[in-house]
This record gives sequence, structure tokens and C-alpha cells, in this order.
Amino acid sequence: MSKNIISIRSLKKSFGCNEILKGVNYEINEGDVACIIGPSGSGKSTFLRCINLLERPDSGEIIYEGKNVLAEEYNVNQYRSKVGMVFQQFNLFNNLNVLENCTVGPVKVLKKDPEESKKIAMKFLSQVQMSGFADAKPKQLSGGQKQRVAIARALTMNPKVLLFDEPTSALDPETVGEVLKVMKNLASLGLTMIIVTHEMAFAKDVSNKIAFMDGGVICEEGHPNEILVNPKNERTKNFLFRFIVGES
Amino acid sequence: MERTFLEWISYILQNYGSWFLRGTGVTLLISFLGTAVGFLIGLAFASIRSMPLPHNRIKKQLMKFVNFLITCYVEIFRGTPMMVQAIVMYFGMQEFMGINFSPTVAGIIIVSVNTGAYMVEVVRGGIDSIDMGQMEAAKSIGMSHWQAMIYVILPQTIRNILPATCNEFIINIKDTSVLNVISVTELFFVTKSVKGAIYRTYETFIVAAVIYFILTITITRIIRQLEKRIDGTKKFTPASSTMPIVFVKK
Repeated sequence: MSKNIISIRSLKKSFGCNEILKGVNYEINEGDVACIIGPSGSGKSTFLRCINLLERPDSGEIIYEGKNVLAEEYNVNQYRSKVGMVFQQFNLFNNLNVLENCTVGPVKVLKKDPEESKKIAMKFLSQVQMSGFADAKPKQLSGGQKQRVAIARALTMNPKVLLFDEPTSALDPETVGEVLKVMKNLASLGLTMIIVTHEMAFAKDVSNKIAFMDGGVICEEGHPNEILVNPKNERTKNFLFRFIVGES
Repeated sequence: MERTFLEWISYILQNYGSWFLRGTGVTLLISFLGTAVGFLIGLAFASIRSMPLPHNRIKKQLMKFVNFLITCYVEIFRGTPMMVQAIVMYFGMQEFMGINFSPTVAGIIIVSVNTGAYMVEVVRGGIDSIDMGQMEAAKSIGMSHWQAMIYVILPQTIRNILPATCNEFIINIKDTSVLNVISVTELFFVTKSVKGAIYRTYETFIVAAVIYFILTITITRIIRQLEKRIDGTKKFTPASSTMPIVFVKK
């Protein structure tokens, strides 16, 4: 069995009196490509943001390599540098060019040699087919290009896990393909990923497990074939109705 | 002998040109240094204010106290005229602390702290205008709050607040004239002296007005160029090696 990387136990998060996460349990093993699906407002994004502590959970545990990252003395910044994130709105650093976006992390956070970081960054940029844009500023790029750079930026940190928060939702149908292709490549290389997505076909193709979230809890979890083709939970069935009809 | 207006102007320039030049130099020096130091004060204090409150209770109280001090500073220096501040600080320091600055040094200090008070608010607005996603992305690659500020947020903030800083610089060039109350030999003080020497108020101040205007319009142009340079072009031509990704259907 592959090694466990992150286990999450009864994670809760509220904004004011609005309870978003009502005790989520989740396990991620090395090499997992896990998709999280569910209706808008079900807490998927909040859950992902809690994993990388962009939102601080109210209670529960996030165990990473045997340690609870929610403990007061835990070095959050170091943890974050190991758990990368790709955002829906790309969030490239607007003041830096493409190459600098990919080197600022390794150089300033990981304290790596600038020249070596450039080489590594260029390697990842060519992997996402963006090496020709190394000197471009983010505002000169299209959405799909930005997202590919954002993925390269996350990869240069050599993360243990990469989180994707609806990476294709802000893109048009044509550019969605470019980004999904890059993500498929990453999956085939064995990178551990947690992906919040509405791309059911993609989820079915690349993931080895899918969780369906609704109302702040994980309703159903399992192999893509179980969840997408043959869901047991009533809520999952309703949510996936159109997809299942379309498939068959 | 009766001189015409233009003859007076040329008389003033010929005989007192060097006075005006020196006054202009002092005005530029004080307003430039004052704006620069005020800008740095603004960046530093607004960055401190933007820090998230720590979880630790003692640190939290300390942080709140520091924020309170910054608020006091901003309110006091924005809420009183610079002319009054100049008199209070210059003579106050002489009388109660025994510190004797030259008027020019005192002028630089006063303009700096005064500009700083305004710039704290300008920078705060600038930081607020940066998309939250920028800070989140910085944190997601493991940057600390300060690293994120220095490498990501503040460079963008500085670009956004350049027009407001330019405003502040121009206001300072004109407002250094109030420093004549502590005998700083800036442009306005010099103009008054020249007027006193030749008893021609109108012509002398016309010369001063033209100099002030040339200073401010030049600075406006310089900063506009700087903004354009930072902004760069809208389009980018990639190196030829980049192929478009074609999504292959399985």
C-alpha cells in the first residue's frame, strides 16, 4: 500500500454563524489523483483552502508526515512550500515576468541558487509549453497560458502534494483542453494531486478516487467508476444525473 | 528712470538670478527628500498595519498598541497645518530639548513626517487595491507575510500609488513655502528678500510663480514617463520555439 501523506480528521470551519465544513474526514496517499466534486457552495474550495491553511480551520486535525499542522508551534510556511496550490483565478504575480514567477519561490523561500532555479524553472516551463514566454508579463498572457505558468510555478517548489482549486473554471472551452492536458501529464508522472473540479469526464479519466461533497461533508467517496457510473448516495445520483445520462 | 514690466523681469533675473537659483535648489532639496522619506515612512507603517493579528495574546496586544501609535501619528500630522507644525517643532526642540537644527534640516524633517502621515493612508489604499489572490498565491508557495509584501504586494502597490505620490511631491514643492516662518531660505523666502531689496512685489512674485510652475510640470512629466516604463507593452511576441498545445482526442 502506498504511503499516507495527509490525513484530515473531523475538520470544521465556519464563517460567522455560517458553518461551511461540518467535520470532514479525508485521506491522501502518495501518488493519489483525487478529485472532489459537488455543487457550488458545498464547501469544496473551503476544504481545499483549509488543507493549505489559507483558511484556518476552527477544529479538527490535518496530519502531514505524522505531525498536526494546526498545532501552534508548527511552521506553516514550510508546510505550505510542500503543498502547492493552483488557483481558479491563476494569481500569477503581476509585477514579475513568467520566469521570475517560477523562480521567486525556490530562491526566496527554499533559498536555492538563482541560476539553478532558473534552469529548473525553464524545464517546467517547457513541460507546460511556455518556455517561449519566459520574459512575458502575466498581463500579456491568455487565461490558459497563465494557468499553465501557475502550474509550472507550483511545480518548481517540488511539492509533495499539489492542490487544484477549479483550475479550469475561468477558462473558455478551448483553453480548458490545454490545461487539462498538462494536468493529465502530471498525473501520469505520479504527482499526488487533489483537484476540485466540475470536469466530470476529466475526473473519470485521470483520478483514482473521487469524493462527492455536499453541505459541508463528504457524502460519498470511492473509485471513479463507482461514484460516477454507479453512485449509491441519493444526493450524488441527483447531482450526477445529467453526466450519467450523457455517458450512457 | 521708469522700467517696463519686462525690463523689471530682466533686471531681477540679471541681478538676483543666483538668489532665485539657490532658493529653487533648497525648495527642490527639501521637497524631494521630504517626499522620499515620507514615502518610505508610508510604506513601512502601512505594511505594519496590514499585518494579520497574531494568535498569541501578548503579541496581539502589542500589535494593537503599535497600530494605535501609527493612527495617532497619522491623525495628528494630517490634522494640523504644516506651518504650525514647523513652528512648534523648530522652536519647541530649541527651547525644551536644546536641539539646534539648521532651518533647512528642520524643514526636511518636518516635510518628511508630514508627508509620511499622508502616505501611510495612500499606501494603505494601494495595498487594499491589490487582489487578495496575490497574497494567497505568495503564501501558497510558503512565503512569510513580509516576504510576500516585499516581493509581491509592495512592488505592485508602488506602481499603483505613483500618481498619488506625484501629487504629494507637487504639493510639497508648493508647500515648502510655509517654511519661511522658520527662515528656511527656500524659493518663497528668497522671493520675499528680493522684493524687500527692490520694492517690486508684482514682478518678483511673477518670477517665483513661473519657477514653481516649471518645477511642478517637469516632475509631473518625469513621473508619467516612469509609470509608462513600469507598465511596459501590452503585447508580447514569444520566441519561435513555442508550439500551441493541441488537445489530442483519445
